[in-house]
Amino acid sequence: MRINELEAPSRRFLLKASVLAGGGLLLGLRLPGLARAQGAAADAGGSFMPNAFVQIDTAGKITLIAPHTEVGQGIDTAQAMLVGEELEVGLDQIHVQPAPPDIKKYVDPNLGDQATGGSTSIRSDWTRLRQAGATARVMLVGAAAKQWGVDPATCHVERGVIHHDESGRTLGFGDVASAAAGEPIPTEVKLKEQSEFKLLGTNAKRIDTPSKVDGTAVFGIDAKVPDMKFGTLALVPTKGGRLVRMDEAAARKVPGVRDVIRAGDEAVAVIGDHMWAAKQGLEALAPVWDGGANGAVTLTSLVAAMDKASQKQGVVAKDEGGAASAIDKAATKLSAIYELPFLSHSPMEPLNCTLHIQPDKAEIWVGTQVPVRAQKAVADAAGLAPEAVTVNNLYMGGAFGRRLDVDSVEVAAKIAKQVSYPVKLVWTREEDLRHDYYRPYYYDRVSAGLDGDGKLVGWTHRVTGSSVMARWAPPGMKGGLDPDAVEGAADTPYEVPATFVDYVRHESDGMNTGWWRGVGPTHNVFVTESFMDELAVAAKQDAVAYRRSMLGKNPRALAVLNLAAEKSGWGSPLPPRCGRGVSVQFAFGSYVSCVMEVEVSPKGEILLRKATVAIDCGLTVNPDTVVAQIEGGLILGLSTAMYNEITLTGGAVDQSNFHDYRAMRINEAPKISVHQIRNSEAPGGVGETGTAAAAPALGNAIFAATGQRLRKMPFASGLRGA
Amino acid sequence: MIMTGLIRNIAAAAALVLAFAPVSARADAQSDLVARGEYVTRAADCVACHTVPGGKQFTGGRPFKLPFGVLYSPNLTPDETTGIAGYSDDDWVRMLHEGVGRGGKHLYPAMPYASYTGMSREDALAVKAYLMSLAPVHAPAPENDIGFPFNQRWGMMFWNLLNNPNKRFEPDPAKSAEYNRGAYLVDTLGHCGECHTPRNLTMGLKNSKKFAGAEQEGWLAYNLTSDPKSGLGGWTDEQLAEYLSTGQTAGRGPASGPMAEAVEHSLSHLKPEDIKAIVTYLRGVPGQPDGPPAAVAGASPGPADPLGERLFAQACAGCHLPNGAGRQSPWAALGGAHTAADPAGTNLVKVLTEGTQLNTRQGLMFMHPFTGAYNDRELAALGNYVRSQFGYQPGAITPEQIAKQREEASPKPSKPST
Amino acid sequence: MISLHINGQTHQVDVPEDMPLLWVLRDVLGLTGTKFGCGIAQCGACTVHVEGEAVRSCLYPVGALGEKPVTTIEAVGRTPAGAKVQKAWLENEVVQCGYCQSGQIMSAAALLTQTPKPTDADIDAAMSGNICRCGTYVRIRDAIHSAAEA
Ligand code: FES
Ligand code: FES
Repeated sequence: MRINELEAPSRRFLLKASVLAGGGLLLGLRLPGLARAQGAAADAGGSFMPNAFVQIDTAGKITLIAPHTEVGQGIDTAQAMLVGEELEVGLDQIHVQPAPPDIKKYVDPNLGDQATGGSTSIRSDWTRLRQAGATARVMLVGAAAKQWGVDPATCHVERGVIHHDESGRTLGFGDVASAAAGEPIPTEVKLKEQSEFKLLGTNAKRIDTPSKVDGTAVFGIDAKVPDMKFGTLALVPTKGGRLVRMDEAAARKVPGVRDVIRAGDEAVAVIGDHMWAAKQGLEALAPVWDGGANGAVTLTSLVAAMDKASQKQGVVAKDEGGAASAIDKAATKLSAIYELPFLSHSPMEPLNCTLHIQPDKAEIWVGTQVPVRAQKAVADAAGLAPEAVTVNNLYMGGAFGRRLDVDSVEVAAKIAKQVSYPVKLVWTREEDLRHDYYRPYYYDRVSAGLDGDGKLVGWTHRVTGSSVMARWAPPGMKGGLDPDAVEGAADTPYEVPATFVDYVRHESDGMNTGWWRGVGPTHNVFVTESFMDELAVAAKQDAVAYRRSMLGKNPRALAVLNLAAEKSGWGSPLPPRCGRGVSVQFAFGSYVSCVMEVEVSPKGEILLRKATVAIDCGLTVNPDTVVAQIEGGLILGLSTAMYNEITLTGGAVDQSNFHDYRAMRINEAPKISVHQIRNSEAPGGVGETGTAAAAPALGNAIFAATGQRLRKMPFASGLRGA
Repeated sequence: MIMTGLIRNIAAAAALVLAFAPVSARADAQSDLVARGEYVTRAADCVACHTVPGGKQFTGGRPFKLPFGVLYSPNLTPDETTGIAGYSDDDWVRMLHEGVGRGGKHLYPAMPYASYTGMSREDALAVKAYLMSLAPVHAPAPENDIGFPFNQRWGMMFWNLLNNPNKRFEPDPAKSAEYNRGAYLVDTLGHCGECHTPRNLTMGLKNSKKFAGAEQEGWLAYNLTSDPKSGLGGWTDEQLAEYLSTGQTAGRGPASGPMAEAVEHSLSHLKPEDIKAIVTYLRGVPGQPDGPPAAVAGASPGPADPLGERLFAQACAGCHLPNGAGRQSPWAALGGAHTAADPAGTNLVKVLTEGTQLNTRQGLMFMHPFTGAYNDRELAALGNYVRSQFGYQPGAITPEQIAKQREEASPKPSKPST
Repeated sequence: MISLHINGQTHQVDVPEDMPLLWVLRDVLGLTGTKFGCGIAQCGACTVHVEGEAVRSCLYPVGALGEKPVTTIEAVGRTPAGAKVQKAWLENEVVQCGYCQSGQIMSAAALLTQTPKPTDADIDAAMSGNICRCGTYVRIRDAIHSAAEA
């Protein structure tokens, strides 16, 4: 997801220091010139964008006010490592606190929003957080040197203590924090060379883990507010439907039920002394809904409409070398339709929001990837100014993109503003699954031509699907082209003489769509890498060798392919019914190649034997976290590729919980080995790469094992038994 | 433990009586009649058929898929136009005894009047008094969807001649009062034979095979005779009593499908002495060696199907435990269940594709259908794993069986979560 | 009033007998380490120990507890298996979002109590009821093996 193609953040930051209330140092960074790219969110002047990241109080407590929030990707730790490296403190000395909503200070320059998503965090923070740490260190040392009357160059810092080497004197950060705020702000600080890193590049232990193994971590759903009540809600099952009737008296009769609150036609909540009362109350309430305009929609009708839409040319994303005529003249022509289903995010923690809305102010407790949007949602619903809404951003029990939308916060605010007490509103899994902002259904047409030697001479790819960008970040659209929808299609790693890629925006009636882990690449890498496999078969060439032949000008892509092939034992013999499949991608700024090895049982069961992944994500903050993200991303990708699709009947989603929306379990997960190429290239994103790599490698492996080409997911339902 | 269960059931029944008792100041005699009527109505399990799943009680509309079409149960509340308001006592009794409703309209024997025919006039009128005490609800039943010649209701006259004895229950003087009470509860009110006795060519009950087990709406109603292999001969009295009043007993598995409904709506509300009477009566039913044998505890036959084993660990063990001992509650214990032992896997396939539920004192026990995320091959493997592990026999459930059931399953409304 | 024995303490709670233990723990007693994921015993996020056995608290009515002691994630570290599992979880850096991990750890601790040296098949049988949407399965397996070695 690239919302705005901003320049990489400037290496030079301007700083603003101020004295903390109660003493201490608060460092603010200014990013000149960034405002213009912010779209509507920018302040009108556009010249001053302070970012406040590091705070040191007089007791020496170091707080990192983190621009990115923890959804499980390890970003709290990574941000602390970036700051700590230059501040010369240990990871254990840094307290990470999620930043409050303040787009001017905490914008993600790659997203143009205060947001955590699109695997951009490290790319956005790599320089600015080190800069923040280094600047703070220089000022703290400066203040200490002044106090001692020595040259700052004769001092050094270790674990938050400033040492004057000759005299052996020391001062803690806290001792000089207030004085440091008055120090001149260095116009340029020298950042460490890679060879000097102590923290960066190490497998540092994550700082959020201890509280997550002893139950003390506080997720959004765990918020505790004095006098709070508990509510759960039913949402209109069909987009555009309405509430026809409900039995409020029956709900109120349930012991422990306090209130039945309606949010227009879109939702009704029952609030009680605990979730059980609310749940039982909602059951007794038995709301009945009318389907409205979308009441007859089925998945079949949506796909039929998409098929029709895909027959006309869309907005051109890439047109090089005359692909149509090249294919026309080709010795062998291939074409195919690939389909990807609607998918739910289903993070482990169901959506929830705790709110206390008062006449003049509001406070919410929620885990969100977009705190500014959450704040605005509450402000708008409650008729308050955004500044009157305090957002406490808590740990998220997964998100996978779901918490980049704030529909759940908005509806919660519409309910909470009608009661005087604080209320925790928790969606049941059923509501969560049936009211998602689903990964769009994609309907892709691809064709290609090969010459007499099997060489690829022309390639076309038409993407048809809804545009999340157009809804979520309209400025990101480029004249009708959704750059996310074609990411991984218009820019494959391969050298192809003639390419044509276009995009047909087609919104499906009655379906909300949203960002889903891996976004554009998870969709397009599946299509391109599966079709590439079809071409290799048509060319009678080995899948790896065929790809290699087109990666001559892309050494990093070639290197990951070679590494994955080598580590997976590509080409070595396998038992019967087994097969290997490969995928290669450049996405989120990182190069990844994956080899899946599968067995397909006579009953058609897909057994995942092992996955081998090679990744080059450039400079790395925490290699172990990279491995973990690949493992987890891969499993999510495999899980959905094998099992998941959202279907509709009568305009409503059929799936409701994990018994009919299946999640991969430990006894199906493959062995995974991840091999990282370490270098000094600019850092790339990691969190979504594994998910994008999974499905194509799996589909290709199933083909290798069975000869069945699966062009539609989920695979488990498409595969014929043998 | 059984005793406490029974005592609790009495408490539950008492609470329900209170809840249902009319609030207006009626004559004591009338309210006694209504209370008695409620008990008889429960024993006759009227509510199960006259309520759509999840709908308002006694308002009818539940569809019955029969070989010749679909019937819908009528509204039993005293609504003027769609309900039973205005029924005279004589008409009412005739309806229950002869299957002939107001205006001489013949009922279809989906209504078990061939069993209710044994009901005493007093009980029949008590049922009426109770139903008349309910709040009237306007609820027209959908049109029956039945083709010729079955839509010719007069044709039921012949059926009645063959299959409805039209005789009141007469106690057998050679048997104990308890036995006779049990017979009345089982044969007349509980109409157990309607499901558990096979039918003859004209769809009447085949009394030579009384309680030998039969299939009803795709579910197998097991053999209730004293046969030690296929029937209840191997059960202890205590097991039987606990099963009837709670829907489960150790080593016999839980009730599911229509039997779970019968327990929930009817049997669990009966007084302990009535349960005991039922047990006594069933003990006297001569053995018939029909139907699948019940599970005989033993080792599982050979290695388990790895696919079934994997799926069981994922989706089932959360409630049932890997060894089937039941994790969450006694209702989740599978070992020894007749359903696990049936080689055809009839009810197992039903449960997997339609789910089942049973409201108990400990809350709702339910199982979702698993067709949404698991394919036919997987569910067949799962069924066969259950059969081998908890029925101790190799399984032979086929993917085709699952596919057929999947087609036929009427997906029940999604069960609530907590 | 129902009296509950949780983590070595007795609590009196005024709740209906059919109320699932999960909501009593979370909403009445404030023990929020036990998580809600599905409510239908499909995900394992709500796993606690009742008499040392792993149960899904989302479908466990408090009325069925009687005198049986309950252990939750907040106190499982006081049991030998729980302590080992938590340590192994940290050493293997298992956690991602962490939301499923209370349940994973409770299931793993119950497994190790019953089967001190579990095989991969034992792990599959005991842990397949616990979903991790972040996909930490590879490390869960490793961590259980290393806890068994410890
Ligand atoms: S919440 Fe209990 S198993 Fe999912
Ligand atoms: S760590 Fe996130 S769900 Fe398991």
